[in-house]
Amino acid sequence: MNYLVLIGILIVVAGFALRLNPLLVVAVSALATGLIAGKGFVEVLSAFGKAFNDNRFVTFIYILLPVIGLLERYGLQQRARTMVGNMRGATTGRLLIGYLLFRQISASLGLISVAGQAQTVRPLVAPMAEAAAERQDPALTEEGREKVKAVAAATDNVGLFFGEDIFIAIGSILLMVGVLEQNGIHLAPLQLSVWAIPSAIAAFLIHGARLLLLDRRLSSPRGTSGEGDHPKGGGGVSVAASPVTPPPRFAGSPSPSGDGEDL
Amino acid sequence: MIGLPQLYLLAGAMFAAFAVLSALDRTNRKRFGNAAFWALIALSFFAGDLLGRGDPPTTSEAERAASSERRGNRLFLPALIVPVTALVGSLFLKDSGWIDPKQVTLVSLGAGVLIALTVCYLWLRPPPLAPVEEGRRLMDSVGWAAVLPQMLAALGAVFALAGVGEVVGGIAGQAIPEGSLFAAVAAYALGMALFTMIMGNAFAAFPVMTAAIGIPILIHRFGGDPAIVCAIGMLSGFCGTLLTPMAANFNIVPAALLDLKDKNAVVKAQVGTAIPLLACNLLLLYFLAFR
Repeated sequence: MNYLVLIGILIVVAGFALRLNPLLVVAVSALATGLIAGKGFVEVLSAFGKAFNDNRFVTFIYILLPVIGLLERYGLQQRARTMVGNMRGATTGRLLIGYLLFRQISASLGLISVAGQAQTVRPLVAPMAEAAAERQDPALTEEGREKVKAVAAATDNVGLFFGEDIFIAIGSILLMVGVLEQNGIHLAPLQLSVWAIPSAIAAFLIHGARLLLLDRRLSSPRGTSGEGDHPKGGGGVSVAASPVTPPPRFAGSPSPSGDGEDL
Repeated sequence: MIGLPQLYLLAGAMFAAFAVLSALDRTNRKRFGNAAFWALIALSFFAGDLLGRGDPPTTSEAERAASSERRGNRLFLPALIVPVTALVGSLFLKDSGWIDPKQVTLVSLGAGVLIALTVCYLWLRPPPLAPVEEGRRLMDSVGWAAVLPQMLAALGAVFALAGVGEVVGGIAGQAIPEGSLFAAVAAYALGMALFTMIMGNAFAAFPVMTAAIGIPILIHRFGGDPAIVCAIGMLSGFCGTLLTPMAANFNIVPAALLDLKDKNAVVKAQVGTAIPLLACNLLLLYFLAFR
C-alpha cells in the first residue's frame, strides 16, 4: 500500500492552518497526490478538470444573488428585523428552533433547495435572529452579533443534514443502496431512510437545547447570571468586549478554545 | 526580494505562451477554446492579486429603512417567490416531460429567480443595472470562496484516482482490536466523521469506510443490520461535515455570505452540536444494529 498518497491530506491541513489561499493549496495537493500515486500530469489534470466541470451545479446557487441584493437595496433585511421586533415573545432561540424544525421537515420531504444559506439565511433568518438577539441583549457586541449570525447558518446546516436522509430519493440514500448492492446486499431505499429518524430526533434535541442555552445567555445580564460556566467571558458589563477575549461559548459542550482550524 | 509574485509572473508568462500557441495551432479544431482556457489561467496568475472588493453603488442604511417602512411586509413577497416556485415546480412539474426530472428543483429555482426579478422590476422600478450591481456586491463579499466547493470536489476526484480512500480504509481497518464490537462500531462512526472532515464530503468517505469496516466487520463478522449500520454510518459522516472547512459550500461560503469576519465562525458554531451528536450516533449504532 502506498502511504505516500496521504501527502495531499497533509498539504491541505498545513495549508489551511497556515491560512494560505485555499484554491492554491487544493491545486497543489491534487497535483502532489496524483503524481505520487504514479499518475501522469495530464491524467491528474484531466481528472481534476472533469470533476470541476461536473460540479458546476454547486456554483449555480449564486443565481439568487441579484434578487436578494435587489431586495436588500429596498430594505428587506430591515423589514425582517422590524417584523421580529413586532413579534412578542420572539427570541433568537425560539426563532431558530422553529426554523430548524421547518428545515428538517421540509428536507425530509425532499424539499432540499426551497431553503438554504442563500435562499433564506442571508435575506431572512440571519437578520431576524440578529434583531431578536438585539432585543434580548441591548448591549450586544459586534462579536455577539457575528455569533448569532453564525448560529443561524449552523441551524440551516443541521436541519438540512439531519432531515434529508429521511427522504428516500436523496443522493446519500441512493449511494448507500448502490454500495450495498455491489456487496451483494439488497435493500430498498425506505429500509435505510427510516433509520435516519433516530439521529434526526437526536439532532433536533441537541441543537435545540443549545439554542435555548443561547437564549438564556442573551437574556441574562452579563456578569450576574448563575450559569456562568465560562467565568472568563463573564466580566465585562458594558465595556465593549475586547477582541482578544471571546464571549462565552453557547453551550457547555466541548468547543475549540483557540482560533485554530478544526481539521 | 524574490517571492511568489515573481514566480507567478513566470507561470503567467508560460500559460500566456500556451494560450498564444494554442490559438495558432491549426491542427486543433477547438483551438480557440483551449487558448481562452489557458489565457484565463494566465490572467489569474498575472492579475489574481489585483482583484479587490468592489463598492458598487447601493442605497444607504437610512434609505433602506425608509423604503422598508414604506413598502412594509410586501417586501417579503418577491423573496418568497423563489422558494415557492422551487416548491411548486418540484411537486408539479416532475412528470411534465419538458424538464429533466432529476433537475426539476434547480430548474424551478432558476425560473423562480427570473419571475422574482420580473416582479421586482415592475414593482420597485430599480435602475436597469441594479440587480446585477447588487448581485456583484454580494458576489464580491463571497470572493474566492465561490469557487472553493468546485475545487474541493475536483480534489476529491484526484484523491479517488490516487487511491487515498483505500489507504485510509486500510489504516482504519487495522486499528480495530480483535473481537471488540464497541471498538469496531467506534472505528466505523469516528472513521466516517474523520474521513469526511478530510474529504469535506460524506459521500466520498462512505464507500471507503463501509468497504473497510462496515461490511466485513460490522455486518459480516458481528451480524449487524446492514440498513442501520449504513444509515447511521452516513449520518456520523454528516457530523464530520459540520466540523470541517473542507465542506466549503456549507461552512465557508455562508460565513462569506453573511459577511462574518471569522471565516470559520460557522464551523465553530457547529462544534457543540456535532460532537455530542456524533456520540449519539455511535451509541445508536451500537444499541440498534446488533439486537
